[in-house]
Amino acid sequence: MKDTAKIGQSGTLESSDILVMVQLSPDQNGIRIELESPSKKCFGSQILKTIKQTLHNLGIMNAYVKAQDRGALDCTINARVETAVKRALKFKEKGDV
Amino acid sequence: MAINAVGREIPEEIKGVGELNPYQGAFKTVPTGNKMSPNISMQKRGETKVLNSLEEAIKKVGVRNGMTISFHHHLRNGDYVVAMVLDTLSNLGIKNITIAPTALFPAHKSIIKHIKSGVVTAIQGSVNGPIGRIASEGVFDVPVILRSHGGRARAIESGDLPIDVAFIAAPTADIYGNINGVKGPSACGSLGYIVADAMYADKVVAITDNLVDYPVAPISIPQIYVDYVVKVNKIGDPKGIVSGTLEITRDPLRLLIAERAASVIEASGLLRNGFSFQTGAGGISLAVAYHIRKIMKQHSIVGSFGSGGITAYFVRMLEEKLFRVLLDVQSFDIEAVKSLIRNPNHLEMSASFYANPHNKGCAVNNLDIIILGATQIDTDFNVNVNTESDGVLLHGIGGHMDTAAGAKLTIIVTPLLRGRIPIVVDKVITITTPGETIDVLVTERGIAVNPNRKDLLQRLKKTRLPLVNIEDLKKEAEKMTGKPEVPQFENKIIGLVEYRDGTIIDVIRQVRK
Repeated sequence: MKDTAKIGQSGTLESSDILVMVQLSPDQNGIRIELESPSKKCFGSQILKTIKQTLHNLGIMNAYVKAQDRGALDCTINARVETAVKRALKFKEKGDV
Repeated sequence: MAINAVGREIPEEIKGVGELNPYQGAFKTVPTGNKMSPNISMQKRGETKVLNSLEEAIKKVGVRNGMTISFHHHLRNGDYVVAMVLDTLSNLGIKNITIAPTALFPAHKSIIKHIKSGVVTAIQGSVNGPIGRIASEGVFDVPVILRSHGGRARAIESGDLPIDVAFIAAPTADIYGNINGVKGPSACGSLGYIVADAMYADKVVAITDNLVDYPVAPISIPQIYVDYVVKVNKIGDPKGIVSGTLEITRDPLRLLIAERAASVIEASGLLRNGFSFQTGAGGISLAVAYHIRKIMKQHSIVGSFGSGGITAYFVRMLEEKLFRVLLDVQSFDIEAVKSLIRNPNHLEMSASFYANPHNKGCAVNNLDIIILGATQIDTDFNVNVNTESDGVLLHGIGGHMDTAAGAKLTIIVTPLLRGRIPIVVDKVITITTPGETIDVLVTERGIAVNPNRKDLLQRLKKTRLPLVNIEDLKKEAEKMTGKPEVPQFENKIIGLVEYRDGTIIDVIRQVRK
């Protein structure tokens, strides 16, 4: 990992939650999302849309997001992504996430 | 193509299966003709039934390419017998076998290699997990025929499912082929599901790890049906055979659903002396039993029977004299096994006794209340327990459609969502149990009564239970989750859901990658 990368994480792997890891680094171009979800077939595109929308609302244009979904609703996804982004923005070298 | 009574398109004929009769309604099929008659045989005095190896047994009964062999699942996830039989068939170079298991478990995934190598080319019976998944991917040329416990017994007795050889995992067998399931290191309790196979298969082989002197007592499957006995090291892993005592759920949402279901039962007027009751072993079901037990004690109600798969909780209710009798087709835990040995009011029953609609009366006909789950339920109250929301075939039917048809009051208990997946939907992917046999849906967001049950609705209106329209439940679920994308299917039919009377209620198609 580049030491200029900022990382933030939020959420859990409990049922109906989502664990979101956001990495903000200067060499990331655009938004890249890696999604793992038990409801990918039914809700995959909707989950991706929600993540992108939340990033957009926070003014994030470049990020790598790893999302491990356990059946979260949109409101949960929203909150977890927002928190992960805010933690990433506060990220210090060797700091806590 | 014909449209059946629940609106599903059923092909007139399928290659390798034959003509299909579309489902007409839960009680519309009137059977005619005679039962299947198994062959006559003879055992001479002094001839032994005990053989030295499974290989010898397979040669003696003459398993050949293209035959149908059957198994039972009372050893559940601990079963070794299915694997050892198929491995032996494979070693002998036998191919093109149809297997007719009463159910398959994740432990049976070694079957997959025999499917890929052409030893097993068709399944008539429940599939589960990994085997369902490859069936959904289209691995078989002939669709899997899914039957309920009662429907399977009916199919064997009527000749719809002729079995060449039944391989019986026997926790205890004597040297002349008498079998019970209650003793031995691999004791599993009731052997109810395999009784029809024993009676109607051309040949019957008992495979045991507890071979005893003649005669054994008690006898569940008698010597008159058994051709050979094979002693092996182990027929199963006790850890996978019986579970420990199942705990009642502590999830507040599920507890709320259970409490409401119990209130529905109380309001139904059916909870009185002589009351009969069945639940599954799932978390919510057991919690409903907890409430029912409390109410029965409070009002000194003595029920007639509890039935189905028996758990420690029902054993306790029998011992507390809350039920006079338990009718046991499958013993889920060690307490149920022990009770079956010691309590004369704890009876073993066969699948036909339990749920076959085409005999002279099955137990579910006398059932007051059944508590069931659902993977999906639609606004017509049709229930799917076979396919997941992504369209993959992952579960068998069990006694779902049998008990729903038999019981006076059929209650579906389920949370409105599982993760993000809504359970109440417009149209279920697969119809397992027709809505006409479902009376009430109990969720944490409200209770929906089938509009056909005006009598029940009247009774429930007098309570303070939150009654809702099933359409509103569907809308509420969708409001929370968003509209799910519908899974895409290929044209190929990979599964037939046979209603308990032998008609086809739905087909399952190959999932699109």
